[in-house]
Amino acid sequence: MSTARPTLDSLSAIALRGVAKHWATAHGRVHGVDGISFDADEGTLNVLLGPSGCGKSTTLRLIAGLEFPDAGTIAIAGRDVTRLPPAQRAIAMVFQSYALFPHLSVAENILFGLRVRKVARAECDARLAQVADLLGLAKLLDRKPSQLSGGQQQRVALGRAIIARAPVCLMDEPLSNLDAQLRAEMRSEIRALQRKLGITMVYVTHDQVEAMSMADRVLLLNAGRVEQNGRPVDLYEAPANTFVARFIGTPPMNLMNLVPAGDAAAIEGAEHGPRLPRACAGGTLGVRPEHIELASAEGLRAAVESVEYLGADSLVVCRVGTAPVAVRVPGAVAAAPGDAVRLRWPEGAAHVFEADGRRASDARRHEAATAFA
Amino acid sequence: MNRATQWIHAWLLLLPAAALLALFTHYPAVANLWHSFFSTPKGARPAVFVGLDNYRNLVDDPIFWQAFANNLWYALGTIPTSIAIAIAMAVWVNDRLPGRGFLRLAYFTPTVLPMIAVANIWLFFFTPEYGLLEQVTGALGFASHNWLGSKETALPALMVVTIWKEAGFFMIFYLAALQSMSPHLAEAAAIEGASRWYFFRRVTLPLLMPTTLFVLVNAVINAFRLVDHVFVMTRGGPDSATTLLLYYVYEIGFRFWDSAYAAALTMVLLALLAVVALAQFFFLDRKVHYQ
Repeated sequence: MSTARPTLDSLSAIALRGVAKHWATAHGRVHGVDGISFDADEGTLNVLLGPSGCGKSTTLRLIAGLEFPDAGTIAIAGRDVTRLPPAQRAIAMVFQSYALFPHLSVAENILFGLRVRKVARAECDARLAQVADLLGLAKLLDRKPSQLSGGQQQRVALGRAIIARAPVCLMDEPLSNLDAQLRAEMRSEIRALQRKLGITMVYVTHDQVEAMSMADRVLLLNAGRVEQNGRPVDLYEAPANTFVARFIGTPPMNLMNLVPAGDAAAIEGAEHGPRLPRACAGGTLGVRPEHIELASAEGLRAAVESVEYLGADSLVVCRVGTAPVAVRVPGAVAAAPGDAVRLRWPEGAAHVFEADGRRASDARRHEAATAFA
Repeated sequence: MNRATQWIHAWLLLLPAAALLALFTHYPAVANLWHSFFSTPKGARPAVFVGLDNYRNLVDDPIFWQAFANNLWYALGTIPTSIAIAIAMAVWVNDRLPGRGFLRLAYFTPTVLPMIAVANIWLFFFTPEYGLLEQVTGALGFASHNWLGSKETALPALMVVTIWKEAGFFMIFYLAALQSMSPHLAEAAAIEGASRWYFFRRVTLPLLMPTTLFVLVNAVINAFRLVDHVFVMTRGGPDSATTLLLYYVYEIGFRFWDSAYAAALTMVLLALLAVVALAQFFFLDRKVHYQ
């Protein structure tokens, strides 16, 4: 099904440059999107991730041409499409609500775009058979959308998106209306389909599990801006700032304030904690719950506040000074609320952030890491 | 509470409405059918059973056939036009345009106004020599014309009033239907490159079909029971050119006091409406998409 397309490294499938979109409301100017730039490489799955209201859906609608930006440019396959209507952008889109036409059969829903473009009947039939086969819809082609389950409706929406063979496919929270088990299935199905057809996909979600498991690249958005743009592993292992650190991971990274302690910096209110270079004071120290272990002899002094048993592991929330610190321990744990424990983490698991929330430089990190040796 | 008492409670709750309906709707309808088989009692002469005589007279009555034909033309002339205008107005005021709330209200105003008042306003519009319409056509140099006074234009003039009144009313139903449609449907179609007209034809119109069926049934019933405009504006004239069935029933029953013949006429009107309503539900229902 794939046709050879030119692969120029400089030519990304989608490129946004300084795209901004504002709305005027009763409360004044609201920023939907505030100067977003990014490149999506051909054949990759790019996830726009962020809390609600961060501008991820707006960004997607701007790429689709359902909204027009106030500033900036949007290029698809090297062509400036900033002012073009959706139909001329060679894109497909899957809506959160699926937007299936309730009076048309599954077959007619999938063929809608081809019928609009008056594609020959034989070609329509061939493509429909192919898509139905690919998505397991062959037996459902005569049904109406109301006679389908949520997962089947989702497949029809996907079918409508891929039958036109548009090189770019936009997805607006496509799995949010499905139950947890179906969501997991569709996640891998969509990813497999995207790889198989070589589609460049932009995928909006607020679910970090979807983002981490599916994406080639994740753009974490907040308040209309890109907080970090990287591979899932980059966001997890090297969060660019405290917002990313707090957003990625369940439970998120523990962040502890660093205060001056003599000629060094230490965790606020902590006893026997690590001593970091004086320059770190005012910033924060971040450690992921899964990297901390409960020790008996040495380490940071903490008091257990609560224990949550989750099956494969347990979540122990401790108090260090003033800050709660979550610890993820494999299996069941003997600790009970009120117990005094010591916390330890390996060198390199610690993240240091500057006072403004940005990730500290590698040199600073390295310097800090030696403090735990 | 056992099953029997539940039934009794249910029936007791339904009783007041059922009693009123039986007294003022079902009994009169049946009594009307009964009376249509008798002669009209006059003075000391009581009603006698005449079988189908009243219906035979009806077949030979040229005014009845005229009223019947008038009513058919009236229905044909008003219903499709007012539905088309209603859809057009609904699609228009459903768009994001400034002042659309005001526009919706303006379109709905004719429905709120009392029928008699409306008829009087239009009576002025159509008045020969100094009516609004005459002033406009006169200024443009056209010859004077008595719109309600001539056989050719009296019924069309009445149709215009009805369309003006009904379109705004039907628009409300279409607007409600349009507002319940997801805006994502239009966006999905836009991404596929569908023009507005294509989207309207392939998506909007089919999705409005349940509303159209409802409106159609109402419009037909309204067309066959219209009487107040005729009363105020033409009194069935000139020369029965605007006599509609219900107005004819009124004339026979309350001006000529031939209640038996009026009863027979009423039965015809009822039968006609029943047939139309049944036909619409059984034939159109198959083509209508319900979600």
